[in-house]
Amino acid sequence: MDLHFGDSKPTDEERAAIDALLGPAESSWEGAARDEMRAADLRWARGGREARERRDLLLPGLHAVNDRIGWISEGALDYLCRRLTVPPAEAYGVATFYAMFSVKPRPATVLHMCTDLACAAAGAAELCAGVEARLGPGSGVGVERSPCLGLCERAPAALAVRAGDPVRTAVSAPTTVAWAAMAASAPDSAPEEPPAAFAVPQAGDPSLVLLSRVGVVDPASLDDYRAHGGYAALRRAFALGPAGVIREVTDAGLVGRGGAAFPTGRKWQATASQPDHPHYLVCNADESEPGTFKDRVVMEGDPYALVEAMTVAAYAVGAHKGYLYLRGEYPRALHRMEHAIGQARARGLLGEDVLGQGYAFDIEIRRGAGAYICGEETALFNSIEGYRGEPRSKPPFPVEKGLFGKPTAENNVETLVNVLPILTRGAEAYAAIGTPGSTGPKLYCVSGSVDRPGIYELPFGSTLGELLELAGVRERLRAVLLGGAAGGFVRPDELDIPLTFEGTRAAGTTLGSGVVMAFDETVPLPRLLLRIAEFFRDESCGQCVPCRVGTVRQEEALHRIAERTGAAAADDIALLREVGRAMRDASICGLGQTAWNAVESAIDRLGAYE
Amino acid sequence: MTAIPLGVPRRLVEFTLDGQEARVPEGSTILDACRAAGKDVPTLCQGDTLTPKNACRVCVVELEGARTLVPACSRKAEAGMAVRTDTERARHSRKIVIELLASSVDLSTTPQVAGWIKEYEAKPDRFGPDAARLDEEPKIDNGLYVRDYDKCILCYKCVDACGDQWQNTFAISVAGRGFDARIAVEHDAPLTDSACVYCGNCIEVCPTGALSFRSEFDMRAAGTWDESAQTETTTVCAYCGVGCNLTLHVQDNEIVKVTSPHDNPVTHGNLCIKGRFGYQHVQNRD
Ligand SMILES: Cc1cc2nc3c(=O)[nH]c(=O)nc-3n(C[C@H](O)[C@H](O)[C@H](O)COP(=O)(O)O)c2cc1C
Ligand code: SF4
Ligand code: SF4
Ligand code: SF4
Ligand code: FES
Ligand code: FES
Repeated sequence: MDLHFGDSKPTDEERAAIDALLGPAESSWEGAARDEMRAADLRWARGGREARERRDLLLPGLHAVNDRIGWISEGALDYLCRRLTVPPAEAYGVATFYAMFSVKPRPATVLHMCTDLACAAAGAAELCAGVEARLGPGSGVGVERSPCLGLCERAPAALAVRAGDPVRTAVSAPTTVAWAAMAASAPDSAPEEPPAAFAVPQAGDPSLVLLSRVGVVDPASLDDYRAHGGYAALRRAFALGPAGVIREVTDAGLVGRGGAAFPTGRKWQATASQPDHPHYLVCNADESEPGTFKDRVVMEGDPYALVEAMTVAAYAVGAHKGYLYLRGEYPRALHRMEHAIGQARARGLLGEDVLGQGYAFDIEIRRGAGAYICGEETALFNSIEGYRGEPRSKPPFPVEKGLFGKPTAENNVETLVNVLPILTRGAEAYAAIGTPGSTGPKLYCVSGSVDRPGIYELPFGSTLGELLELAGVRERLRAVLLGGAAGGFVRPDELDIPLTFEGTRAAGTTLGSGVVMAFDETVPLPRLLLRIAEFFRDESCGQCVPCRVGTVRQEEALHRIAERTGAAAADDIALLREVGRAMRDASICGLGQTAWNAVESAIDRLGAYE
Repeated sequence: MTAIPLGVPRRLVEFTLDGQEARVPEGSTILDACRAAGKDVPTLCQGDTLTPKNACRVCVVELEGARTLVPACSRKAEAGMAVRTDTERARHSRKIVIELLASSVDLSTTPQVAGWIKEYEAKPDRFGPDAARLDEEPKIDNGLYVRDYDKCILCYKCVDACGDQWQNTFAISVAGRGFDARIAVEHDAPLTDSACVYCGNCIEVCPTGALSFRSEFDMRAAGTWDESAQTETTTVCAYCGVGCNLTLHVQDNEIVKVTSPHDNPVTHGNLCIKGRFGYQHVQNRD
């Protein structure tokens, strides 16, 4: 490729931020100053494949600049491109894809105010207005409205990010105008978040399987993790061998918890048997589905469990490298996982020789940067590889051509963590939990009009009503959103729906990622539906027409009927249905295919505009 | 692309297309098979010289057993498939896609679309007068070509042609996302500040006229562009030894634009700046 770079130069600070990640530039060919002629400049032959293979450092590089400066200037982007041999046009396309990056100057402190479903129900609109009034121009804080921050149990929520070295963050939830302003103006001295167990109302309950350690172990201590049964599963995995692990997982009937409900054993088997090498393991911790926060709580409360589970999975599929793709808006989960991975590496539980078994495995964390679509498995690969987070068309499937074009098993955090009890208890005992079609325990993210929002763990098969009972559902329930924004609404008289894959399917709805959002009669339904439509319009990657334009046309129609019902809304509802049908049929990926689900269910099951 | 193999003989894949047996060489797409069988499936983002991005979704067909429709342009034919190209379901999606596109961008210079709008009874107006449109001003920042993204359907062809599929210049990519996604050069700069080398290969592949010769753009604006009065002559570029084929489009004895035959086995429609834009000397008769 013939690369062309402009004349813009990075500032010293921008250069330092990038060099801190990549090391200093060795030659003026890759951006070092031309003031002195270096020996390296005269015989510099690195480039070509070797340089291009570092393309996957583009996203970390953009983070480095954005973290230090708060936005990404032309000079910084060009310098990063020189360092990585990436065409500036492509890097510009990547930088502008993510909501957390800006290519225009902005204040060093950005306050992300959640305006999504749970927070909207908790008064986010008034709160945003109040915060904007308080932190007007001149306050040095940029206030940005954000989709769900994954803190729904503590709605309304805000996240302050102050650029610098190091970058400072503060989470404020539940927040008020005063607390949000404080988090933004002094992120260092903002009050600590409550411990992860705060999000687990059942914490300490001896019947818990997946959440048994949350609130019990010290998430910073590997010894404590081991004292609470940690690393027994990995030992058993080594005793069984890779094929044995896959057999256990298959026999246990484990089904993916990321939303698509694909059998995990089959995915692992398909990956393990690919002749092409290397194989990769990817843990999908992007969790940007509105209403979902279970993966965050697991990572914050029991981080070593995920490290161990990823090691088991990688061993089973024959991978020596694993990526943890972690949502960019989760500062505490990031710190906990970084710490846990570092400790595990220091103690020989990751690295060249895991547990002295001669098996090499290590985990690298990649931070997302604000794009729901990057949770889609192939978009996630593109994101890691340094491309725009656009889904790829399938086939080929990831098990055959995934990350870097190699066989890849990608699993959700909750899916992986289930592997530990499968190995420690045995497939049979695990499969005895739940129902024959949906085995094991399941995590639910309950928020909205309930007294005790949080993560609940129940064996598959409990009913929606039982779950809501546990969470203390309030009077005058109007609707429950099941499965998140890509899921569907159900009525208060449908609470006997069994929470299983087959039960929800039979009821014409879905479990999705385990979201249960309750809305009482005070919540204005049309506004809620508009917010869902707006979310999908904002988050569409823009690749395919049905989704890129369809989400816009749907939002417009919902705006038109926001105040209308009956015959006055009929035309637009017909339009919504027609567009929705094409989106479901013809979109490339699950985002476009499911974007209309929730609104359709509100029309059909709740009679939203009757 | 045709379904007739040119290289080493390939195995044939048998499947059913609208209920009839179809046999195509391994590696063919469903679209190849449709075209070989004389079936008309509309396409926009598919191009004869590029790997389709399958982003427009206007070519979708029904594949038995598949949850969603599949893009004929990219889905490889597999033995035993049962494909239906003209079902109510496929036609519905095509119609909506055409309506969505026609309601958001200017398709007046996109060949064939007017016919499809009729055929599929698409009504782009039904989204109302307030339906969001791209509403971009043409970017006229150099003497050679104009970028009128108001006509852009984001088919990614220009990106692929400028990038790793042909030119390897990587001057353009998609920036932003969702409805705000736009084709752009680095930093949204004028073309003259970008990596563009003016080979014009992006113009060659653009299916909508969003990218066009300055000469064509100006003549259209002046109302003097008249394709029916144009002749096309294919000749050999005289600048260098590569010997690319040029097709000169001549109106009123003036060259108005230069394209290149896609079926040329050497260049597949690609040219460099000289062959594409360096024709003024021919017309300097003083
Ligand atoms: C738009 C979209 C967003 C998604 N977001 C997530 C996510 O945040 N986390 C996740 O685990 N899976 C997400 N998925 C599902 C993944 O594509 C994939 O199915 C999953 O990670 C596979 O893991 P599992 O088999 O363990 O469920 C998303 C899918 C789509 C279409
Ligand atoms: S369905 Fe939407 S998110 Fe998915 S590829 Fe198409 S435009 Fe992108
Ligand atoms: S400018 Fe033309 S070739 Fe490029 S994406 Fe738009 S329509 Fe396609
Ligand atoms: S188009 Fe360019 S490369 Fe081709 S023959 Fe002419 S001058 Fe040579
Ligand atoms: S954190 Fe606001 S809705 Fe989830
Ligand atoms: S032509 Fe097949 S998707 Fe565009």
